[in-house]
Amino acid sequence: MKSRILQLCATVAGIAVGLVAATSANAATTLETVKARGKLICGVSMSTPGFATADAKGHMEGFDVDVCRAVAAAVFGDPEKVDFVLTNINTRFQALQSGEIDMLSRQTTMTFSRETSLGLDFGPTVFYDGQGLMVPKSLGVNSAKELTDAAICTLPGTTTAQNLSDFFRTIGGKFELVVFENPDENRNAFFSGRCEAISSDRSDLASIRAVANNPDDYVVLPETISKEPLAPAVRQNDSNWRDIVSWSAWMLMAAEERGITQANVDEMTKSEDPEIQRMLGVNEELGKMLNLDNKWGYNIIKGVGNYGEVFERNLGTKTALGLTRGPNTRWSEGGLLYAPPFR
Amino acid sequence: MPLFYDARIRAYLYQVIAVGLVLLVAWVMFSTASANLAKQDIATGFGFLARQAGFVITETAITYEPTDTIGRAILVGIANTVKVSLLAAILGTIFGLLVGIGRLSHNPVLSRLMLAYVEALRNVPLLLYLLLWYSLIISTFPPVKQAIQMLPGVFLSNSGLVMPALHWESGFAALVTAILVGIVAATFVARMLGRQRVVSGKDRPVALIATVAFLLPLVAALLLANISVTWDVPELGRFRLSGGYHLRPEFVALLLGLTLSVSANVAEIVRAGIQAVSKGQWEAATALGLSRARTLKLVILPQALRIIIPPLTNTYLTVFKNSSLAIAIGYPDLVMVSNTIMNQTGQAIESIAIFMGVYLGLSILISLVMNWYNAKVALRER
Repeated sequence: MKSRILQLCATVAGIAVGLVAATSANAATTLETVKARGKLICGVSMSTPGFATADAKGHMEGFDVDVCRAVAAAVFGDPEKVDFVLTNINTRFQALQSGEIDMLSRQTTMTFSRETSLGLDFGPTVFYDGQGLMVPKSLGVNSAKELTDAAICTLPGTTTAQNLSDFFRTIGGKFELVVFENPDENRNAFFSGRCEAISSDRSDLASIRAVANNPDDYVVLPETISKEPLAPAVRQNDSNWRDIVSWSAWMLMAAEERGITQANVDEMTKSEDPEIQRMLGVNEELGKMLNLDNKWGYNIIKGVGNYGEVFERNLGTKTALGLTRGPNTRWSEGGLLYAPPFR
Repeated sequence: MPLFYDARIRAYLYQVIAVGLVLLVAWVMFSTASANLAKQDIATGFGFLARQAGFVITETAITYEPTDTIGRAILVGIANTVKVSLLAAILGTIFGLLVGIGRLSHNPVLSRLMLAYVEALRNVPLLLYLLLWYSLIISTFPPVKQAIQMLPGVFLSNSGLVMPALHWESGFAALVTAILVGIVAATFVARMLGRQRVVSGKDRPVALIATVAFLLPLVAALLLANISVTWDVPELGRFRLSGGYHLRPEFVALLLGLTLSVSANVAEIVRAGIQAVSKGQWEAATALGLSRARTLKLVILPQALRIIIPPLTNTYLTVFKNSSLAIAIGYPDLVMVSNTIMNQTGQAIESIAIFMGVYLGLSILISLVMNWYNAKVALRER
């Protein structure tokens, strides 16, 4: 009997030591980990058309997915060297914090409290969004302010529920909030008329509308009740990795600004423009400063194209989502996209 | 004799060692987690409970406004969880008892039907049923604007059943007191008459007298206290029915799913309990000339109860924990409220610790109550 207790003690002590040891082994930087693994692991959202969905062959595609591919192209020169982890609203930050994913590229709003208290850093905003409301046309509503007393379907948490409360408090109305964990249930409840309206980021509403039996039956109301800057996120205190993710995103924007496309990137390497030469690694060694190959910028554009191409391919007017660029236009045309200089 | 070989001391020693080990592991996990969180600059602590919640919870068993604290929001979640599981346990038990007895019926149609019912419910995951009931409700009934008016003021639609509610101006406390006094009086009278019958053999209409005993305080309250109520009648607004009492489809679907699942489990437990009572008891009761129904009520069920209670405790614990599936169909239970909070504050470990604590605490409470009841009905050997 005594020996059995000793055995038990030893086992428990072993587990305890293991727990402590496991935590002190994360000294390697994210770039080293990713390179050693030979693949980037990127957290994206679950089946959101336009942002992250699998096509018929199981190949992931979408705007958020392309941001991941850009980073993979920067690190490995190959946009396909990335594994995708589908994260839900509740587990996305924990997945990043715990090291299960190397970066989070999903419809996640950059906010003050997330940046300061969640142990993560955001990259540049890649999509300027705002929360809106969608209603069936038959409801005859033209403004969100008319929705007092309506039932509104949303996904849990995020900033959505709070923005709605704030909005209705400012207009002095009440509403019934119906919350679903699962995006499919959320959509079904709205389509079957359990709720008069559904609320989410405008891009997400477009995505929901795209899967309706008859998208023309639904209309997104004009009010934008919040600012939702969607940005990729990385773990805090890994400056080099954050630089890589941030500058990969800016590379997409700068490429559009300079007219570099997936098709003409090879020609562009012969350009006389010194900034294009720096971006594509023809002269100066910007890549080395990121601990990457000097061709990193070339690889991104060759692999996924520039921002405009990524947008049009996944979200643009020719896709089911049919989004216009809106604020997501480059600064020189009055939009908000502004990449710092590559020098 | 060395102390270590004393059976009692040894028993205590093992217990102390076991508790010590659990505490050690918990402490190691806690300190590791805190160290890791500190290293990643993730905020910790329960201070966030005092912050303003800022989100709406539509179905609340206690009063709540978005301006209340996060702590209050969690209380709302707990109250909603308790409400739906308690109702499901009560309704499921009553229904399950009937199904269980039906399962043993000599009528083959009835017993087969009950068998099918039990098997269908026990062999499909509850989550699927919840989604099924919910989809059925919201796709079968019309939208609010075409709500079916069943009675004046009673509307049925895919956003639930809305009916007039009583609004108490005054006298609510008096009425509740009267009902409680009535129940006590009726129980007392019934017991006293029962004892008298054993002693004197006089047969009095017990049910009638007990009813009178129950009604007397009620009548007194109605006459003496100033009871005034108004009806809060629902009205059709632009989108919704406002006012009245609102039974929402999320709640109904969850209650329905949980109740049916409890009833199937209870039915099996009841059947097992009844079948475990020796056949001789039936024969003896038949020999005394008791009908089948009276045999069941007076002879079999009291004995079966002793076998039924322990597994029944498990069923109650399960229904309480299963209520967390509410999140799939939009009923704001503890888990859903905690998830929302987790999202807004990022305090995942604390939020999960809270709902683990609540589930653990309430589960232990259920066990204690059931164990007490079990001890009460256990066979007492003198």
